[in-house]
Amino acid sequence: MHVPDGFIDAPVSVAAGVAAAGAVAAGLRGARRELGGARAGSLGGDDRTAPLAGLVAAFVFAAQMLNFPVAAGTSGHLLGGALAAILVGPWTGVLCISVVLLMQGILFADGGLSALGVNILLMGVVTVVVAWAVFRGLTAVLPRGRRTVTAASFVAALVSVPASAAAFTLLYALGGVTEVPIGSVLTAMVGVHVLIGIGEAAITALTVGAVLAVRPDLVFGARGLTAPLKLRVGGELVDAPAPGPAPARSPRGVWIAGLAASLVLAGFLSFYASGDPDGLERVASDKGFDASAEEHASAGSPLADYGVEGVGNTRLSGGLAGVIGVGATVAVGTGALYAVRRRSAPRERDEAPRSAA
Amino acid sequence: MGAGHSHRLYRAGDSPVHALPAHCKLVAALGFVLVVVSTPREAVWAFGAYAALLAAVAAVARIPAAFLLKRLLVEVPFVAFALLMPFVVPGERTEVLGVALSVPGLWGAWNILAKGTLGVAASVLLASTTELRAVLLGLQRLRLPSLLVQIASFMIRYADVVTEEMRRMSVARRSRGFEARGVRHWKVLAASAGALFIRSYERGERVHLAMLSRGYTGTLPVLDDTRPTSAQWAFAAALPVAALAVCLLGWTL
Repeated sequence: MHVPDGFIDAPVSVAAGVAAAGAVAAGLRGARRELGGARAGSLGGDDRTAPLAGLVAAFVFAAQMLNFPVAAGTSGHLLGGALAAILVGPWTGVLCISVVLLMQGILFADGGLSALGVNILLMGVVTVVVAWAVFRGLTAVLPRGRRTVTAASFVAALVSVPASAAAFTLLYALGGVTEVPIGSVLTAMVGVHVLIGIGEAAITALTVGAVLAVRPDLVFGARGLTAPLKLRVGGELVDAPAPGPAPARSPRGVWIAGLAASLVLAGFLSFYASGDPDGLERVASDKGFDASAEEHASAGSPLADYGVEGVGNTRLSGGLAGVIGVGATVAVGTGALYAVRRRSAPRERDEAPRSAA
Repeated sequence: MGAGHSHRLYRAGDSPVHALPAHCKLVAALGFVLVVVSTPREAVWAFGAYAALLAAVAAVARIPAAFLLKRLLVEVPFVAFALLMPFVVPGERTEVLGVALSVPGLWGAWNILAKGTLGVAASVLLASTTELRAVLLGLQRLRLPSLLVQIASFMIRYADVVTEEMRRMSVARRSRGFEARGVRHWKVLAASAGALFIRSYERGERVHLAMLSRGYTGTLPVLDDTRPTSAQWAFAAALPVAALAVCLLGWTL
């Protein structure tokens, strides 16, 4: 699954890197809340992030080495995006998978250095976010219970793997270096990854089930699914008081939906908005594609790569410019928000510590 | 993916490349790879020049060719993808040994093979001349968020512990006569994965408490904060700058 160098051209790789950096920055903030809120004691919730997320990343790294035999000779292994999202929460999941990918890229030459952003975006962000969205959607609709959590984990993992493959196809359409027809890339990628997704789904659901059976309190996705605590007061059952104030709603969901919508609009739609690129490419090749390629190659700029194949690719570069724009905007915006929040953070910390339940 | 043990890649030495600060090497490797990726694939000679540059770095670092070539096997899955390209890509056809192959497909395969191999070789050279701890310090000096570097360092430190725990669980399973042969045994393996998660998470909680009791305040102390000299930066920059010169020539020729 790791994308190597040379698959996606430099501008799209850099844009993906910027978007991935924004996602990781958001993950760092979200993970503090998720991990600190688990059983926030009087010892200060914030500090738990580094050791806990680090150990979860080590777990993901190790779990990827656990071989699941399929049939004689072949075996599969876990990718872990959906599992991490359900066990430790989406932000911590994004963070842990990204760290694993970063270390694999730098230390094991697994996935290209220039494709690091692409890899983090595809496997760390898309997989985790899609899995979490599907999981939350299903647990909200289905009746509460352990079986629901397991079933939702299955579907979430099943959907997340082909979703990541589809996202790869989108990036390939924007910055792929060879004109493989996008339709056939999509069919091949999604087809293969549906099969992988079935394996991933079975392993994820079984693993979540195993953790639920022993330590249901550790499963982030099962929080709030247990029956509320009742107290018997004078022979009558009454609801126990909530152990702490409900966590404030954050605009994170809106942020994600907005980012996804802008990326789709900027990149995907502007690419498909005006006609069939395959037909146009064909026209371009009929008209002597090699001659124009040489002519443009002398432009001397890496970005001129976009003009190489003639008409079809002006749309690609339009879409690309949109994605780079969105990426840059998000990066700047997130950076500004980060700075503002950090300045106001000391005041928040002065609040009385939440009581340990 | 899921490549082996974390210490196998590092190859101890005292060459000038080993002595460079890690963040200089990180920047140099990233710059080199970006330059390689933006080179036009028609400039075949440029990739030969890049390979020669990497070979020169390997020679200075005294990394034997056999070691480097063995590590390049990581990219085998992509070779399969690249070899498929000449058959599936539409476009002008050419006859090679009686088989009709697509010309753009052949260019695409060449592009992926050349750039992918150079990228892997650069990463392998970086990893084999830089210690784990130095990589993490380098990331910190490159102004990555300190929390991210801490998470990465915990992952690296405990990856071996967790992997070893997984191996012990596997030994325990096998000593009880269990052998995973097919899909029917996934439940047992998944239960092991679940147990491994619980153990890892609980270890994280214990580590956190141990750190608090030793006065952890949210940051780890940096012990050796030596700034690289401009000579070291210049030495590290030699690789990407030479590559950039080759790339510009590739665009103009």
